[in-house]
This record gives sequence, structure tokens and C-alpha cells, in this order.
Amino acid sequence: MAEQTPKPEQLLQIDYRPPAKDWRDPTVEFRKGVFCYSAAPKNLEYLGLPNPRKWQPYDEDWKLPPNWKQIILEGMRDRLQKFRSFRLFMDICVRCGACADKCHFYIGSGDPKNMPVLRAELLRSVYRRYFTLAGRLFPALAGARDLTLQVLKEWFYYFYQCTECRRCSVFCPYGIDTAEVSMIGRELLTLVGCNINWVLEPVANSYRTGNHLGIQPHGFKDSIEFAVDELAEITGVRVEAPINKKGAEVLLLVPSADYFGTPHYFTLLGTLMVLHEIGLDYTFSAFASEGGNFGLFTSHEMIKRINAKIYEEAKRLKVKWILGAECGHMWRVLHQYMDTMNGPADFLEEPVSPITGTRFENAKSTRTVHICEFTADLIHHRKLALDASRNDHWTVTFHDSCNPSRAMGLIEEPRYILKNVCNHFHEMPESTIREQTFCCGSGSGLGTDENFEMRMRGGFPRANAVKYVRDRFGVNLLACICAIDKATLPALLEYWVPGVEVAGVHELVGNALIMKGEKERGTDLRGEALTPKEELVHA
Amino acid sequence: MNALSAFVVVLALAALAFVGGQVVILRPLFGVILPWAAILTLLLGLTHRVILWARAPVPFRIPTTSGQQKSLPWIKAGWLESPSSTPGVIARMALEVGLFRSLFRNTKAELREGPRLVFGEDKALWLAALLFHWSLLVIFLRHLRSFMEPVPAFVKALAALDGFFQVGAPVLYVTDIIIVLAVGYLLLRRLRNPQVRYISLFFDYFALFLLLGVVITGIFMRYVTRIDTVAVKQLALGLVTFAPTVPKEVGSLLFVHLFLLSALAACFPFSKLMHMGGIFLSPTRTLANTNRMKRHVNPWNSPVKVHTYEEWEEEFRDKITAAGLPLERE
Amino acid sequence: MRDRGIIVGGLILFLGLITFPVWYNVTAGSTAKGPEPKRPEQEKTCVAPVGYMRTSHMDLLMDWRDEVVRRHNRKFTAYDGKSYTIGLTQTCMKCHTSKADFCDRCHNYAGVAPTCWDCHIDPKLVQRSTG
Repeated sequence: MAEQTPKPEQLLQIDYRPPAKDWRDPTVEFRKGVFCYSAAPKNLEYLGLPNPRKWQPYDEDWKLPPNWKQIILEGMRDRLQKFRSFRLFMDICVRCGACADKCHFYIGSGDPKNMPVLRAELLRSVYRRYFTLAGRLFPALAGARDLTLQVLKEWFYYFYQCTECRRCSVFCPYGIDTAEVSMIGRELLTLVGCNINWVLEPVANSYRTGNHLGIQPHGFKDSIEFAVDELAEITGVRVEAPINKKGAEVLLLVPSADYFGTPHYFTLLGTLMVLHEIGLDYTFSAFASEGGNFGLFTSHEMIKRINAKIYEEAKRLKVKWILGAECGHMWRVLHQYMDTMNGPADFLEEPVSPITGTRFENAKSTRTVHICEFTADLIHHRKLALDASRNDHWTVTFHDSCNPSRAMGLIEEPRYILKNVCNHFHEMPESTIREQTFCCGSGSGLGTDENFEMRMRGGFPRANAVKYVRDRFGVNLLACICAIDKATLPALLEYWVPGVEVAGVHELVGNALIMKGEKERGTDLRGEALTPKEELVHA
Repeated sequence: MNALSAFVVVLALAALAFVGGQVVILRPLFGVILPWAAILTLLLGLTHRVILWARAPVPFRIPTTSGQQKSLPWIKAGWLESPSSTPGVIARMALEVGLFRSLFRNTKAELREGPRLVFGEDKALWLAALLFHWSLLVIFLRHLRSFMEPVPAFVKALAALDGFFQVGAPVLYVTDIIIVLAVGYLLLRRLRNPQVRYISLFFDYFALFLLLGVVITGIFMRYVTRIDTVAVKQLALGLVTFAPTVPKEVGSLLFVHLFLLSALAACFPFSKLMHMGGIFLSPTRTLANTNRMKRHVNPWNSPVKVHTYEEWEEEFRDKITAAGLPLERE
Repeated sequence: MRDRGIIVGGLILFLGLITFPVWYNVTAGSTAKGPEPKRPEQEKTCVAPVGYMRTSHMDLLMDWRDEVVRRHNRKFTAYDGKSYTIGLTQTCMKCHTSKADFCDRCHNYAGVAPTCWDCHIDPKLVQRSTG
């Protein structure tokens, strides 16, 4: 797929002037590289979702149920009654356009329907037509549209061209959150069986085995043991990594990519090292073997179905609290949905760090702590011996992942950690970090190869900010705390900013961590030779 | 096209009211009945819309966090941008409603050769919007002098403040100038910015032209053609004391003023103008970022089908055993 | 939902505020009757037609001010050819003798605070304080 994509210098020959045709014309072209393939029927069947069938977005016939229109409209009515956000966001947009150039997909594609305001208008126009007086009486004047097959296809195209990153909602004077609109839009599409496979396959896998990749208990154990072995080689220390251990103090929740993908894997290594070094009594779960939750990209119901295993396992394993590793959308769910959906977590205890005695007051209801909070607290209390010079081969910048920044406010913790574990740290420009951070362009289940061109377009603003610090400060490593980032940013950076690698924050912690009884470290966690100290001195 | 048709419709409405104001038997219609109908529509429609919003629950706590969460005690929390307390939320909302905080963040992204993406400040929209809304409020309050007898002190004080520069007689109100400039800017921006023009609907222009019509007729009556303010007040008081009267001294321009305003009021509950009420309810702003601190209850937290541990253990029993992991049921 | 009370409360507050003039006038017993400035008993014609005076007397007064202060002209020829000496207290108030009974009644009613009296002195007040 990548070879068909235009070269970076050609991709952004964008004319931002909107086309002559009115936006109410719903025709879309499913061109290779800018959309995701449909979900395989087996995945819908396994999850009991409606209308499993073989189809593709570029097909003329989407094989919808005969009463699809009625299903969608009833679905809308239902959600208008269930979500104040939805009803309000349908009603109050004034179309000021402040959100327009805040969307990475709009910046990277120039397609006006990627302006958050128009993305929402796609749904709003139908809302007005069927649910408001003005739209029923004066459809043309009120900007109302009939629900047609073309409109449905347009929804599919554009709601799967939104990464639900919430950047627009920071700038909207009414806080209208396109993520909320896209989530509802995708729910409606799910009602008539229009899903993408890159979302539903992980969902089905998670539902069955506990993790996105469908790794079964023995495979999970092998992966963790492999990591333990590798760590022993690198550090000379053999760490404990218990699985399904009843009565442990803490349940460690990681995204499955941590034990099956790079560069996530190095983050797992770093995490294992820290937890070993402080002697935390924790356990993995082979069932809750995934914190990530692609249900978030399907429907609210699916979030709850996938997430149920977490509290269930915490209860079964009789742990006191949960420690969640680096993952963006997993943390959106843990922070904003889990307690409401699957709680109350009254069988757990309010989390207290057994090492520092710190009470995590901010997590006293969900009883789930972010590993960056946990590690920052350790460093603050000087419980970790760190040698930041072991990261001297890296000049680091930090990419705020959408969900931890805009749906959680986890902004300073990772920075604090980074500043303690590496010597060369540079921020990207203000408009591209913290709450204004740009998405990787592949979030919310869009990180698939067939969508490569759109990913490169959507990721451009992020990559461009990385380019700025690479050229200015020689940054060669982008640290982040999101599994999707780690999976998709390497390709993005290779396309736009060659020479910058991607790492998790805890990989850098692992590099810097001086473990008791460790051997002289010849390499970092990636197996790359460290520059010997003397050479540095003499250089 | 939308802009032109909106302009024509507003012009036609204005002409209608102008003529109506000169036909004796129509004067009660334009002076009393239509304003009453419009206000009634506004109040009932607005109430209905707000009740619709209130009846839909907020199932999840979904604040947009624009700042650092409250976590570890030594990390400075963004109490305003990521509030964890009610005072913080109130302050955030006050800034949002009173000073348009989020719009103040507005930047302009520009793609240059390279490709290089640059961001610039863009406060014009914020400034115009803020000036417009505040002027509108002041003007609205100033008008109370015609609707209340005796005129309350705060209305007099506001008028004195607004006429601070004491230019001419009747004295020039600063807000009258500001609102024309601000609405003018908003209209021009809508027409000239290709993106905003592309997304603009008929009503977006209609509301702006109606507003401009109301403002311009008001300014004309006050500064140019003059009006019998005593007669106007009699008409206004008649409306709010339910003893309507349409004094013969009231000129036709007032009927245009009143009719365009009535049109705006009647459209209000069915349109985007409801953002006035909606901003107070926006879940991404009104909720505190206490997600992990306090449990948020979803009233329709409907049960779902889940895959339980028991089912999982049953399915993978052999593999769990082979891996040497403990089983719940041997 | 616990926030329904707040929303309904806010709505009621808003409705109360927006209809405030209604309650206010009921309490104050105000009607649309309008003010009754005391008209001159002898003189039947003013320096300009009544309709003009009702809406635009301030223009005339401003013109008069400019004539006197800037051009030292105290002579005014009215629309009907009659001549008047320009002067607020001398000419206007010769007929409209009482500020309180004439000027103030409408000005107060319409909530207008003209700046005339920043410089001019109400003759009645002068009489009272000296006499």
C-alpha cells in the first residue's frame, strides 16, 4: 500500500478552497488508501452484531437490511434521549468555523467535510430533517437532508475519518466534541452492520481471549516469560512476572501490544524492571490481558462488554487496586467510562503506593492508577536509582496522546519522568502539545495499512512538529504513552521525518534504572550498544 | 446564494412592516399581536428545548480536560482548565460564558511550502464575538427604560456609562457603534472566509441580517430620523402590562425594528440561537474532572452480554493447564 | 438526574429575569398612560411645530447653544416667521415655567438625562434659594 501513496512532497499539494458543489451533496469516492475495509462477517457473528455479511465500502450494494432507514432513525431517537451531549451538540452549533483548521484530517486533506463542524453537520442535517420543526418545514433553509443510502455511505466515510481525538472540542466555544458525534455516528452505522475490520477484529478477539491479538493463555505466558528472559540477558537480573496470582496487591493492566509489538515491547521491559526493583506485589491476568478497548470505537455498549473483564479479574484475583500501563484510549475508558459502566469497585481498596505511602486520592473511586502517576511518585520520593546518561544517545521530545491529555489531563507526570531519566529533552511548539496536541492520525481503529494515505495526511501536523524539533534540536526520539502511537507513529515519522524513532516513557525509565545486582549494561533495552562512559569523557 | 436569499427575505420583512406601520388597521398587528406572539413563541419554545435537554441524562462524565489533572500533591493542577471541584467548574463556566475562553484559544493553521505547518494567533473572531455579545446585552438592558416605569437606577446608570463620551444629543451610545462593527465583521467573515462561507446555512445569514436590521433601524430612530420616545414607551409598557396601546406618534421605522426583532425571537428556540442556553449544559465543560475520584452514575446503565471468566476458563482449560496457570475450577 | 433541579432552577431564573418588567410594573402599578407635562396656559404656539418638538427639541437646543456660544447670535426666526431670543431659561422657560413639571416629566419617564442642567440653572430653584 505504501508504495502507491504519493511521495511526501506531493501529498500536500492542497487547495483549501472548498469545491463548487454544495456540501449537502453526499457523494463520496472510496479511493484506495483513504478508507478502511469492512468488518469480516465472522467478527460480527461472534459478537452478535446485526447484519453480518460480505461487503466492501466501494461496492454499489451495501446489502443493508430492507428497513435500514427506520433502524437508523430509531437509533437516533433512542440516543437523543439517552445522551444529552448528542442532543445538545445537534442543536447548538453556530457554525463559527473555529474548529475547522484544528482537525488534523482537515489540515492534511483539505476536504471540507473533515472540518469538525461539517463532519457533525452530516449527522445534524439528518437530525434536523426528522427531529426538528424547522427542518421538517423548511429543509432547504434549515440545512436538513433526507437520509439516503448516499448519506449513509458518507457517514461511514467521514466517521471513520475521525480519530475521536477531541482537539476540536478544546477550541469550540460550546465544547462541542466531535468525538462524541463520531462515536454516536459509528454506533448508528453498527446498527445496520457497517463496521470496519480493523476495529471489530480486535473487539472480537478481546471478547473471546481477552486481548486484541487473540493470544491465548499459554501464548500470553510465553510472551511474558520471553520478556523476563530477555531482561535477564540485558541486565543480569531475573525479574518476577506473576500471572493470575491470587492475593497480589496490584493487578497490572497492559495493552497487548506491549508483549507482542515493537517498540511497545521495550516499554513492557521497562515496566517489569521498575516493578521488580521496588518489589511491588503484582500480577498480570491472562484473561484481562489487554487494557485497550476497541469497543470505544464501536459503541458504548461494546465498551462495557469488553471492559467488564477488568473489574471481574481484579475481584477474582483479590487484588487491592489496579495499575494501568501506557495506553491512550485504554485510559479514556479507564478514566471516563469504567467506573460508571462496570463499577462500583467497592471490592477494591483505595490505592496506596506501598513503597512511598502516597495515597492516590485522584483514583479513590475507580481504584485504578496510571503507571506514569505511580512512577512519577516513585521518582519524586527518590525510590528509583536513575542514570539518565544511559539515554544520552537519545534527544527526546514528548508527544501527548489525545486521550491522556484531553480526556484525562495527564500532562505533567510523563514530562516529570522524562526529565528525570534523560538529559536531552525538548518540547515541540505550544500549539502541538498538551491539550492542543495533534493526533497520530491513526487512532480510534484507523491505523490499518489500507488507510495509509489518509493516515499520513492526518498525521502530518504531528509529524511536522516533530520535524521542527528534529531540525532545531536534533531530536531523534519521540516518547509517548499510547500503544496506538507506538504502533503507527514509526510509519508516520519514517514517511515525514526520517530519523526519529518512537518509544514509550517506561522504556527510557528502564534504560536509566540502576537495578540492584545488575551487570554492566552494554546495550539499551533495544539491544543497541551504549556509548562507554570513558569515550564520552574523552570526546 | 444563502446569503442573498436571507438578505432579500429580511428586506421583504422590513418592507412589510414599514408598510404595515402606515396602515391604521395593521398597526395593532405589528405593534402588539406579532410581538406578543413572538415573545410567547420564544418563551415556550425555549422552555421546551431546555426541558428536552434536561430530560436527556448525562450518562458519562466526559469533560474535555484542557489542563493538568489533579493527581499528585506536588504537581500543580489546572484547577480552571481541568477543574476537580465545583468552584473550579463554576469559574471555568464563567470564563466560558462571560469571556469566551475557548474561542480565545483560537489559532490559525497555515500550510506553507516545505510542507511546513505554522500556527498564528487569531483573536479577531473572539474579539468580534465578545464585543457583539456584550454590546447586545448592554443594549438589551438599556431598552428596559422603555419597559419599566419608573426607570430603575441600574438602567439609568448603564445608559450613563454607555453614553460616557457625551457626544451629541441624544447622547451617542458606544455599544451602538460597537455592535454594528462587530456584527458587520461577523457577516463579512462569513461571506469572505471560503471555509466559513461553505458551511453557512440560510439561517446563519438570516440571523445576522435580522440583527443588523434591528440595530440599524434602532440607530436610525435614535440618531437620524428621531422618534417620540414617550410614545414608544407607552407602546412598550402597554405590551408588558397587557394593556396594549399603539400611540399615533409612533413612526413606521419602529414597526420595522419591532417586527425584525419579533422574527428573530420567534426563530430563536428552533435555531442555533439556542446556544445561549446550551452553553450552560455542555457536558464537556460543565463536568468536573473527578472521573476516578467520584463515581458517576448512568441512569440507564443497561445490562450487556459479557464474556465471563468462567466461560473463558472453560474454553481455554487445556491451554491454561498446559501453561501451568492456576484454574478456578479444577 | 440530580442536575435536573439545577437546570429547571436556571430556566425559572431566566424566565423570571426576562419577564422582570412585567412583575416590576405590576408591583409599581405602572400603566401605559404616559406622562403629563404641564402645558403653558396662555401661549399656544411654540418655536417649532409640536411634532418636531416632541421628537427633536434636543436638536433645536443644540443649535441654539452653538448659535449663542460659538456665533454670538441670540436671534432665532421660527418656522412661522416669528422672532425669538435664543435662550433656554429666558425663552423656553418663559412659557414652560417649571423644569420639574415640564421637562422632567417626560425625561424621567423615558429615562433620559440631558446635560442641559449641568450649566443652566432651574430658575425656580434659584428663586427658592434666594427668596
